This record gives sequence, structure tokens and C-alpha cells, in this order.
Amino acid sequence: MLSLLTCISLFIMKYSKWQFTALLLLRVLIGWHFLYEGLVKLVNPDWSSIGYLLDSKWILAGFFHSLAANPAVLNVVDFLNVWGLIIVGLGLILGVFTRISAIGGMVLLGFYFLSHPPFLNLEYVLPSEGSYLIVNKTLLELISLWVLCLFPTGRIIGIDRIIFGVTE
Amino acid sequence: MENDKQGLFGRMDRRNMLKGLATVPFLGAFAIGWWRKRRKDHYLQHSLLKEIGMDASAPVIPPSPSRDKTIRLGIIGYGGRGAHLVRGTGFAHPELIQEWKEAALINSDDKRYEDFLSQEDLNVELNGVCDVYDKRAERALLASGNTSREGTDAGITANARRYRTYQELLQADDIDAVIIGTPDHWHAQMTIDAARAGKHVYVEKGMTRILEETYTMVDAVKESGICFQLGHQGRQTESYLKAREVVEKGLLGDINLIEVCTNRNTPNGAWQYKIDDGAGPHNIDWEQFSGPYSDHPFSLERFFRWRCWWDYGTGLSGDLFTHEYDAINQILDLGIPYSVVSSGGIYFFKDGREVPDVWQVTCEYPQRDLTLLYSASLASSRNRGKVIMGHDGHMQLGNSLTVWPDRDSTRYEKMIERGIIDPEKPLFNYIPGKKNVDAVSSATEAYFAGRGLLYTYRGGKRVDTTHLHIKEWLDCIRTGQQPSCNIDQGFQEAITAQMAIISYRENKKVFWDPEQQKII
Repeated sequence: MLSLLTCISLFIMKYSKWQFTALLLLRVLIGWHFLYEGLVKLVNPDWSSIGYLLDSKWILAGFFHSLAANPAVLNVVDFLNVWGLIIVGLGLILGVFTRISAIGGMVLLGFYFLSHPPFLNLEYVLPSEGSYLIVNKTLLELISLWVLCLFPTGRIIGIDRIIFGVTE
Repeated sequence: MENDKQGLFGRMDRRNMLKGLATVPFLGAFAIGWWRKRRKDHYLQHSLLKEIGMDASAPVIPPSPSRDKTIRLGIIGYGGRGAHLVRGTGFAHPELIQEWKEAALINSDDKRYEDFLSQEDLNVELNGVCDVYDKRAERALLASGNTSREGTDAGITANARRYRTYQELLQADDIDAVIIGTPDHWHAQMTIDAARAGKHVYVEKGMTRILEETYTMVDAVKESGICFQLGHQGRQTESYLKAREVVEKGLLGDINLIEVCTNRNTPNGAWQYKIDDGAGPHNIDWEQFSGPYSDHPFSLERFFRWRCWWDYGTGLSGDLFTHEYDAINQILDLGIPYSVVSSGGIYFFKDGREVPDVWQVTCEYPQRDLTLLYSASLASSRNRGKVIMGHDGHMQLGNSLTVWPDRDSTRYEKMIERGIIDPEKPLFNYIPGKKNVDAVSSATEAYFAGRGLLYTYRGGKRVDTTHLHIKEWLDCIRTGQQPSCNIDQGFQEAITAQMAIISYRENKKVFWDPEQQKII
């Protein structure tokens, strides 16, 4: 199904110069953000997702708390999160396995959003840097990645062009 | 319109290669930005660490001595606190273990059972039990046989012998040391008698109920040469040990004000403890409970909620002020204050109690150029923490420790100017065992945990401070060394608490005369 959609999108996409520039910038900047978030955690020996997981609210809170409860599981979660962020970041910047990277990024953002949704009546210990109601920047970034999935650029500017061939 | 060309396995000309790699410069820009930021952070951190000379490593705890020799214990007073102390030695009632086991099955965050199982074996026997309430004595007896830390299905039987009076227990040949967990009015006399009988003593705080008995208690302990530990388990809190290092390194500058507090807002927190169904004169030895200290007729309320009356306890002073005082005394070696003023009243729990539920104490230390301020409410949970304030910075203390630089500091002035120190950010932060999960259940437990009175960390692992405090005492019995809260520290605690009580009850400012060793 996905590959069919890919074929269709490849056929119908023909971006104007500015449309393409905007999409490419969006891809690279989101990649930059992911890469930095990942590296910052990687180089901080004290970083752990434990506080974030324990602060989770809403219907999936039990699941996120259980991840934090077991030190072995927590280590795996921390490892996957850090390297997931770095790999997605590199994928988006370089345009390598771009679509998979975007989907991977959406999965990570999905977890972040669902663990801390800014819904009514949910209060968090960790302060938020802005004011949000239902929609927050995590959700916007997630939807932006969806846009990038639907309007791919990796085979125009990106290593995907070298690996998979060109879409012009 | 579409012009699909082959990828890796096909023809790839220079133009396509360039387009394929066109975003690599972004990565280069990222790398430069990353490197510059890291270099700046590293410089700031290095300069800061050089300036403050602290690191986040855990304080060094000396290793325990050999435990070849078994120490034989007796427990006097197996109420809520007494039972906790006995658990610290390794014995718990099977019903409690069962409850913890079941709780852990329902909630995997509940680590009480796991923690207790992993609690170090101290090589002790519980041979004697004394409690004036039959139900508690029987519970202690069953706990004494639970060497394997099992639940109700293991068929545990008693090991210890029950003594009707503590004097009889002190005469037993198979008891080397006693833990005293009775109400405060018995602490002094029991310790004196135990010392004279050559038994080592661990006694709960507040050390004494009235001033006079403090002196005789100290003399008895010193003359006998027994190993004495006062139950301020906060002595074992890792962050307090680290706090001492912060003060010694002068990070706070001249310390001039210390604020400590108690905030609770539950009936249990205000000592309205549950009165057992079925308790009465038939199973409580009221005469022995009262002793020479009170002639009040039998009262269940007074028996279970004794902290509310001066006949048996000292209210906020002995129960909670002493913990806060001892924490600060451990960090700063303050000793007995020059003067004390206290005030307060019974403003919320008008249940017939005699002791105040809102209470403030001001201790002056002119020789140290500082004031210690204690402020307590049993009817508001607005917690104000423990703060040590100096000219160059202040330190917030609980189970973790945070040092904040002062915006107007002299010491840090240049570093603030150069951007190495940001007055809005902590200078130093110490969170022991921060990668571990805390499952603290009740509000009272959370209160104690936040004050470093329930758990601390050793090697990043959560440990019960009460267990560590008892362990230190047992280790000192074996080596002949002095434990951290010995009789000298206890004397300072007791005198300070008594000064505060006298000031409140007699409505006057009191002074300590170090020459005469008297309160005037």
C-alpha cells in the first residue's frame, strides 16, 4: 500500500522552485532539531528519560510509568530514544532513507505527545516553555513530518537520489 | 515529466552526485555550531568546577567492620516507630511482609518488599521484647522469629522472650543491647538503667522530656562507657554529608541565616494516631506506662496520642524540631545556641491537646554570626524546605541538594560578570541515586522522604536511613568507636530542645550558660 502511494506521489509531484525550497528547509531544520536533541542527551552522562516518563499523564501514563520502573527497560528506552533522535536527524538532514526517517520521527514525537498531551485538567511537574491547549509544538512537528512524507524531497536533494535514483 | 534514473547500481553522473549530497553542508554547519557550543559549555563548566571545587560524586562512607560476633538485642516499646527500628535490624512481622508482597504484585513500582529483602544482614538476634500493650508485644514476639523475612504462609514462630517490665529485660543475660522506642517520658530513665546494666542503647529522639533528666542521662551513659546512639537517622542522609562539604569549601560565603521548617496537614501528621479497637485497661499496663510522670487516669487517647501532652512528650520540639536541628548541627557543628525564643499556640487541632500545633523557634548564635529559625505548622502542607543562607549563595536541602549563587555575592562577582556563573541557575546540584525510581506511597512517607528522613542512597541504591543508623550503632558496638549521633551530640540536641520548650512554656527568652552548663 505504502509503495503504491509512493509511486503515485512520485508521478504527481512536480514542485515549483519555492515550494521545493520550503519543503527542503523544513526537512533539514526538523532534522537539525532531532540531531541536536539526540546529541545533547548522548553527551550528558546524567541524562535519563526517567523524570519525563514518571511525569506522564493521561490514559497511557501507566505504560510510560512501567517503562521507568524497571532499570533494564529504562536503559533500553534511553538508548533507543537517543539513537532514534540522532539517526532520524541525520536521515532528514542528509535525505537518506528520508521517508523511513520521517516516519521514525513521527513515532518518537507520537510517544512524546501521548505521554504529555496538553489536555484540559492535566498538570505536569516539568514546566512547559509555552502555552498550549491540546495542540503543542510536538504535535506540529509530528504533522510537519507527515507533510514531508507526503511531499518527499529526498530523491531530489538527498542521498536517496544516489541510492534509489532521481525524481526530477 | 518524470525522469527516473537508476540509483546506486546504475549510472550516476557528477550533477546527480552533487544534488544527492547538497545538504551535507548543513551537517557541516551543525558540526561547527555543535563544536562551538560544546567548547563554551566545557569552558564554563571547567571554570565553574575549578572555582567551586565540588564534584557530583557520592560522599565516601567507610566500610563496615567484620560482623562475626552476633549482637543480641532487646526492644522496649514496639509501637509504630519501635516496629520500624526493629525492621531496621532485619525483623518484620509476617503480616507486614505479606502486605508488602501483595502490594508489589499489584504495583511493580512498590519496592518495599524488594528493598527489605535486600537490606543487609546485621548478624543480630532479637531476644527480648517489652511493651506495656499486649497486642504490640505479641507482634514484636512474632517479628523476632522472622529471620527469613517471610510472609504469613511460612509458619513463623516467636524467638524472643517477653518481659513484663523493662527492668526485667535489662537483667537478661542473653541481651547485649537495647533499642528504646517508647514515648519520650521514659527515654532518660530507661537509658540510665540500661547503661547501669551495661547494655548498649539506641534511643529514639527527642532525647529527653525535661531538662533535669538530660544531665543524669548524659552522666550515666558516659560513666558506663556503653555505645549510645540517638535516633536521628538523618545523620545517614547522603545529601547532608555532601552539604557539609559545600559549607567547608565556603561556597555559601558567610552563613548568617538558616531556615528550617515542619509542614504537615493531616490528622496523623498532627499525632491523632489511630486508636486500636479492642484496646483497654485489660491489655494495656497503664500504671507502667504512666510511671512516676503522670497521675492521669486511664485514657486511650493519651496512650495512643501521647505526643499531644506534656506528661509524655514535648510536641513539635522533640518530635520534629530536633530532626531539623540535628540535620543542621551535623552540617555546621552549631552546638547549643546562645539564646532561644519560641512562640506559637494551639490554633487548629483544638482536640484537648496541650502542645502547640503552630510553633516557631529562634536560636541565636552570636559567636557564629548567625540565626537558626525553625517554623512549624501541623495544619498547612506548604513546605518551605531547609535553606542555609550566606552572603555568596544559599543551599536548599532535602534528599537532594542545590546551591544557588547570590546575585550580589562578592566571591562570584567577577564570574557573574564574565558569564561563567548565572545567578538564575544553580551553582551545584546533587541528586543521589537520581536514576532510580522512588515509590513513596503515603503523604507522611513522602514528607519524611523529602526531608531525607526515610530513605537515602548508597552507591546509587535506595536504602532506609533508619536501617543505616542502627547499622552504624551496631558497627560501633563491635569496634568500640563512637557513632555519629552519640551522647555529646544528643546533649546538644536535648538542651536546645529544652531551651525551646522552656521559652514557650514560661513565655520568656532563655540563655545558655556554657560555664555553668545551665539554662538561665
